[in-house]
Amino acid sequence: MTETITTRLWHEEAEEDNPFVARRCRLAGYDVYGALLPRVGWAEFLYLLFREELPEPAAARLLEAVAVALAHPGIRDPSVRAAMNAAVGRSHRAAALMAALAVGAGRLGGAAEVARAVALFGELGRDLDAWRDRARRLDEGEDESDWEHLPGFDPRTERASTPVCQALETFAKLRPGGWLGWLWAARLDLEAVAGCGLALSGVVAAAFADLGFPPEAAEMLYLFLRLPGAAAQALEQERLGWRRYPFFAEALEHLPAADYRALLQRLGERL
Amino acid sequence: MNPRERLAYFARHWPTDKGVWIPGRAVRYRERSLFDDFGDRSWMALLIYGVTGREVPEATARLLERVWLLCASYPDPRLWNNRVAALAGTVRAPASLAVAAATAVSDAEVYGARPVHRGMQFLAEVADRRADDRALLAFLRDRLRRERALPGFGRPVISEDERIPVFLAELDRAGLEETDHQRLVVRIRRLLADCGLRLKPNIVAHVAALFLDLGFTPQEGYCLVLLAFSAGILPCYLDALEKEEGMFLPLSCDCIRYVGKPPREWSR
Repeated sequence: MTETITTRLWHEEAEEDNPFVARRCRLAGYDVYGALLPRVGWAEFLYLLFREELPEPAAARLLEAVAVALAHPGIRDPSVRAAMNAAVGRSHRAAALMAALAVGAGRLGGAAEVARAVALFGELGRDLDAWRDRARRLDEGEDESDWEHLPGFDPRTERASTPVCQALETFAKLRPGGWLGWLWAARLDLEAVAGCGLALSGVVAAAFADLGFPPEAAEMLYLFLRLPGAAAQALEQERLGWRRYPFFAEALEHLPAADYRALLQRLGERL
Repeated sequence: MNPRERLAYFARHWPTDKGVWIPGRAVRYRERSLFDDFGDRSWMALLIYGVTGREVPEATARLLERVWLLCASYPDPRLWNNRVAALAGTVRAPASLAVAAATAVSDAEVYGARPVHRGMQFLAEVADRRADDRALLAFLRDRLRRERALPGFGRPVISEDERIPVFLAELDRAGLEETDHQRLVVRIRRLLADCGLRLKPNIVAHVAALFLDLGFTPQEGYCLVLLAFSAGILPCYLDALEKEEGMFLPLSCDCIRYVGKPPREWSR
């Protein structure tokens, strides 16, 4: 008996002379190469993939803006650094993107944070007291023990950076109601609750929530939408080579375990 | 220090007790010299020291190697992690990427590395309760009702676990078969069977018990099995590589069982 893959998304009709070659491919019912390709943009196609419907123009515009905002996380972003690390040693190019994916998957500025933040919008709603209570419980280690900060916020900052505010303003204008509008209005209150600045991950999470993407879809989208910048920076560093890339030659200080723990305590780090 | 001061400090300093390469001279590995102190030790002993910071007898390292060898080295490309390596081989992707991707896939929820972490947490929680049989059974039933699974118990595809007798023989040889946590696994199995539940321990329960008996934390146990699958992964990659490209279990169009929206027209 032939084992099959069950799917709601993808259907193929085979060429008459070769069952291993598709003559027509349909995504959620639409003919991909015959009908969609000449007409739809990248954002509309992405929306169709994850929602099984084509978006209204305003939703497509928002998703496109999110894709642009994420396309280059910045050369100092850990995921981009990971890709560049692969490149300077001339690892495989896919290794650069695998490194960017792995490092971009985390709970600080990564895809896990976006997924959790999308879920938090659903759990806590627009009730500032609920957000305050969650932040307090997190701070006191009562729940979400894996999290060292409120998802969607950056514990290394005191307020949202200018680019984060610019992204939020742009997104909120494209989608005046919804989570983005609330975030735009309540940002300062939420930052007081979190004890640190709103992060791009939080802004993007609000956009994904407004677009109706569940946390797991938001996580996937965030992972791959950030790869273009990592790829371009990796190629640049590949050309320049390891000699012109930081090695942090003087940074490492190897200490006996007891001295190390004492130092971390003095620095106020978690042990 | 506030966050900004900490950022400034760590921009120039990375204090560590894990080790350092002294170019052209030596490698410090935690508190030891890699070349002087580990010249006659096994790689597994070094891995345990690197992960846990504790030096173990060579017999313990050997036992962990047996766990890797017996429990995680199945060169069968139908297994989901190995299949990633075979797919990489059939499209002629590099071996390093095949191993990396398949290793990442091995950190799965229903098999692989994550059940070890959860299994250790679960057994430690049960052990801490020191409950009598009745209370323990109530705890197990409640857990099953809430999460529909017990970490380390049950198995996808089949219910028997052929690794257990081999593993227990290894433990027996090492004198570790009758330890507290192994006895706990046997007790849970008996309680589940007595009340008609067909949930049996899989190898993870026994490995988790061993790791707890050796004093490892769940995080350490998880780290110590992450690379365990490589001896199964690489043969699957090479198996596909030595055959004609694109021939690893190809799917024809009629392998797709489409259950989505009917064909529709673009109308905008």
